[in-house]
Amino acid sequence: MDRDLILALRDVSARYPGAARDALTGVSLDVRAGDFLAVLGPNGSGKTTLVRMALGLLVPATGTAEVLGRPAAAWPRRDLARVAGVVSQREENLFPQRVRETVLLGRYPHLSVWGGERAEDHVAVARALERSDATALADRWIWTLSGGEYQRVRLARALAQEPRVLVLDEPTASLDLRHEMELFELVRDLVDAHGLAAVVVTHHVNLAARFADRVLLLDDGRPAASGPPTDVLTRATVERVFAWPVAIEPFDGRPQMIPLRKPLP
Amino acid sequence: MRWLALAGLSLVALALAVVLGPAHVAFADLGRSPIVRELRIPRALLGFVVGGSLAVSGASLQALMRNPLADPFLLGLSGGAGLGAVAALALHLGGPWAVPLAAFIGALVALALVFRLGLIGGAELDPRVLLLGGVAVGAFAGAVMTAIISVSEAAQLRNAFLWLWGGLSGASWDTLLVLCLYVPVPLLVLVASARPLDVLALGEEPARYLGADVTALKRRVYLAASLLTAAAVAVSGVIGFVGLMVPHLCRGVWGQRHRALLPASFLGGGALLVLADTAARVAVAPRELPVGIVTALIGVPLFALLLRRWTAT
Repeated sequence: MDRDLILALRDVSARYPGAARDALTGVSLDVRAGDFLAVLGPNGSGKTTLVRMALGLLVPATGTAEVLGRPAAAWPRRDLARVAGVVSQREENLFPQRVRETVLLGRYPHLSVWGGERAEDHVAVARALERSDATALADRWIWTLSGGEYQRVRLARALAQEPRVLVLDEPTASLDLRHEMELFELVRDLVDAHGLAAVVVTHHVNLAARFADRVLLLDDGRPAASGPPTDVLTRATVERVFAWPVAIEPFDGRPQMIPLRKPLP
Repeated sequence: MRWLALAGLSLVALALAVVLGPAHVAFADLGRSPIVRELRIPRALLGFVVGGSLAVSGASLQALMRNPLADPFLLGLSGGAGLGAVAALALHLGGPWAVPLAAFIGALVALALVFRLGLIGGAELDPRVLLLGGVAVGAFAGAVMTAIISVSEAAQLRNAFLWLWGGLSGASWDTLLVLCLYVPVPLLVLVASARPLDVLALGEEPARYLGADVTALKRRVYLAASLLTAAAVAVSGVIGFVGLMVPHLCRGVWGQRHRALLPASFLGGGALLVLADTAARVAVAPRELPVGIVTALIGVPLFALLLRRWTAT
């Protein structure tokens, strides 16, 4: 059976106003229900731009970006927020809030202008907290959370949107080993158990290789390689893109990268 | 419980404003006295609507600008309204509506200029540019206003000065009626924007991903809050601190959700301004203090206290 095609980029390019060159060139991408896709690449290789474009915040200069067969930028934001839940790279909470309140914001695309929250909204919040292992945090103030707890809460908020695809932009950037692994295990589990699709932007080559079904490796806005981890993460490709010598060793049937020493001249 | 307390406070404030005043009215005569009927009641109600409008406008602008220090006059409206009022006073324009109308037009011109400046980078309203534009337009209007005052006669100068500190002595049933026909529209627009404003507190990009139409939201909230302030400033001059203080006090009690915060701010702002106006009328009777002085005298220490509590957490 063909699984639903949720996000589709076809040969897109993007250029920010005033920029000298394209932020993305000739990138294509398919995300179907039940896919775990990792987007890899060095800093500034266009990963976040790719997310913006796939979710309609940026219109492609050439090519097409579609969500469920409809141009991404043509979606009303509210409708799109019921399809895609995003944990973006940065957010700042302007005013103090409790965990449950901030997760409830994930229900925004489901609520009418004048109506209050319904029982089903609170059920969805409780389920989202449960799934991201954050139920115990529900009554905490968000400023008291550790980095790992806060990321789980933000994941819960995205889940409360009841989306079909989760998009996480560098979700483990400041997390320690355990929290990093827990978050990836959680996302893998959501994909396997609930048929969600997940797109995780990261620069952790090894985590991407361990958890993702497919990897898109970006190099300076261009697709360097794309496909199953074993095909994409070869020594030659990784060394070229990240500009550093590495060794690639198989572990658990997945490629794992070991950076080599290279004394600076 | 807290809503009951707030409603009670509002009623007490209104009752005090009706009972107290420089002219002694016996308690038994309250119902018959023309002073109460034609002066105190409309003035109390007008003060309530103005205070409530300023507080709602301030709460909305704090969320829109993503700046807890935002208040209704941050974006140059006081300068524009002041210039309009001072120009009307200097030109000896007659009639009870000349000054309010001139102030309203001045505020609208400032609003339009700041809005246009805010769009200078494209279709997206940039809060930082709005802020800078507001300061610039306000400073320019203030300079022109001071130029006019400096060449005016002493009596006008005093009038202009008093107007700039705010006052409700122009209140009548007519002004109240006009205001009550006007304010529900921007108020409803802001209350309808309550939920997306909650989402906007996370930042513009997260708000978009959560489903808010941020571009339209920013325009709508800026215009509604400014139109609300323009009407308030037209009938009462520049009354500071209500729009800054009351939202923060309400945030402490009702939390950050704008669906509760905006109505609470309206009642709280109304009650506070009515109390302040009663104090302004009674304190140095038979003369009257500009009410903006009273709100500043209450507001500044309160604000210092809030800042202390804030930095402590």
